[in-house]
Amino acid sequence: MSSITRDEVAHLARLARIELTDAELDHLAPQLDLIIGWVAQVSDVAAADIPPTSHSLPLTNVMRPDENRDCLTPEAALAGAPAAEEQRFRVPRILTEEA
Amino acid sequence: MGDLTRKTAVELAELMSSGQAGSAEITQAHLDRIAATDEAVHAFLYVDTDGALAQAKAIDERRAAGEQLGPLAGVPLALKDVLTQKDVPTTAGSKILEGWKPPYDATLVARLKAAGIVILGKTNMDEFAMGSSTENSAYGPTRNPWDLTKIPGGSGGGSSASLAAWQAPLAIGTDTGGSIRQPGAVTGTVGVKPTYGGTSRYGLIALASSLDTPGPCARTVLDAALLHEVIAGHDPLDSTSIDQPVPPVVEAARRGSVEGLRIGVVKELGGEGYQSGVEARFREAVELLTKLGAEVTEVSCPHFQYGLPAYYLILPSEASSNLAKFDAMRFGLRVGDDGELSAEEVMAKTREAGFGAEVKRRIMLGTYALSSGYYDAYYGQAQKVRTLIQRDFEKAYEQVDVLVSPSTPTTAFGIGERIDDPLAMYKNDLCTIPSNLAGNAAASFPCGLADEDGLPVGFHVMAPVMKDERLYAVGAALEAALAEQWGGVLMTKAPELEVAGR
Repeated sequence: MSSITRDEVAHLARLARIELTDAELDHLAPQLDLIIGWVAQVSDVAAADIPPTSHSLPLTNVMRPDENRDCLTPEAALAGAPAAEEQRFRVPRILTEEA
Repeated sequence: MGDLTRKTAVELAELMSSGQAGSAEITQAHLDRIAATDEAVHAFLYVDTDGALAQAKAIDERRAAGEQLGPLAGVPLALKDVLTQKDVPTTAGSKILEGWKPPYDATLVARLKAAGIVILGKTNMDEFAMGSSTENSAYGPTRNPWDLTKIPGGSGGGSSASLAAWQAPLAIGTDTGGSIRQPGAVTGTVGVKPTYGGTSRYGLIALASSLDTPGPCARTVLDAALLHEVIAGHDPLDSTSIDQPVPPVVEAARRGSVEGLRIGVVKELGGEGYQSGVEARFREAVELLTKLGAEVTEVSCPHFQYGLPAYYLILPSEASSNLAKFDAMRFGLRVGDDGELSAEEVMAKTREAGFGAEVKRRIMLGTYALSSGYYDAYYGQAQKVRTLIQRDFEKAYEQVDVLVSPSTPTTAFGIGERIDDPLAMYKNDLCTIPSNLAGNAAASFPCGLADEDGLPVGFHVMAPVMKDERLYAVGAALEAALAEQWGGVLMTKAPELEVAGR
């Protein structure tokens, strides 16, 4: 039984913001189908009464005093940016005209 | 004094403290070795010649001025390209970060610098540490110095290969599912995954935050322990860092005693799918440890076999979220910013151009596993398996002090052999993954060469959380006993690499 179709993989790619080519979709869809079929074996083993573990250690929230500390200068923070303007990250437009 | 690149870190430190060699001379010898061998091996993505020599000279001056320096001061090291080093190109093996220079040091890097360790450069790796062969690097594969047609392991294949090619005596790796231990195993070197939270993740480009653990790599057990001590310890900048003293790893490595230690052989990690030469060397190592006074029993961990599928749900889920930060806005590549396309379109074009096939596979797998309707069946179930694996460990540690298995089911395979078969590739990590899911300490130590192919075999040791010293006790005992048989550590059996234009 197929667990994931080519159309579903194309939808996942859109959700993940990756503009896959048709050739990549042809290649990836059967691979993902195989992998998902294989990982599904986890559903056979754990009963409903087993608690989930998200993390190997018991986690507690970590706080620090609310004090000023050294931080990056604007120049350092922007140095790796693909585009910067007026001491800010410059981004492409975020709204469409139809919207 | 001999060839400086053939020395252990301990020997190099002795040469420096006794005034027989300086760090600049030692660093230059390693830079020369990299220049002569790295065209064939491709362990490094970036060699920081000027930075390393400047660091080395500064150490020599401090020593000359009478300053008391740490035990590894002046010793060169190869750094996996997944850790940020200020102003030094850091790519995580991805085109999406090509040319990026971090504005800050990872905590681990700051500790290396504070200890006076000289950073030679950044080593190759599978893109964002996704892989077991270094073939997923966007910059081309690294080759195994034992046989240049074979993989050096992954994701930290650059770090393991740099040790095996005598380019560096120390290296740093990161282990999310075996990326320190499996490369160590297939290159005949030592690789240690400390307890999760025992080493800081601050400045480590995240793959799966609940699993990622940086650790030491070396050619000898004591060298690894000394490096472990430098990089480990609480870091307030990492919210999952353990606020406890570093386990006494150096002392354990120096003592190297397994007298009375209870060792459990994991029944499920062997048999079908395991290469005969791997099993033979593993069994001999177990017998050797028995002769050295360890009490060996067989232990069953029935849920370990589900670790692999659970991992390939948990890891992609965390990775798909972590890699969302590569959105073409704040750092790295941007494609299609023509004034017309929207931010969302630019993002999709950039991620298409900047990510390789395996990264796309895992991001989409994670997106799928976390999507509504599938969450309970996949991610939720995988988290329950994680609980079952932790319980297997807890039960086993009621009976024994450490667990052992082969590090990998096979020796190094051929470059290109498994690249288009993701499931075959994933199975490399069968033995190493349970320790990532449970967060305990684990390591791979060289235990010989497989008869059928003459390639290194790794001996895998797992110890409870924050009992990292037990790894070193077993590793050092094994290393000493085997060195007596072989007349030196395993690496001395490695074939000579052809050295290009010196």
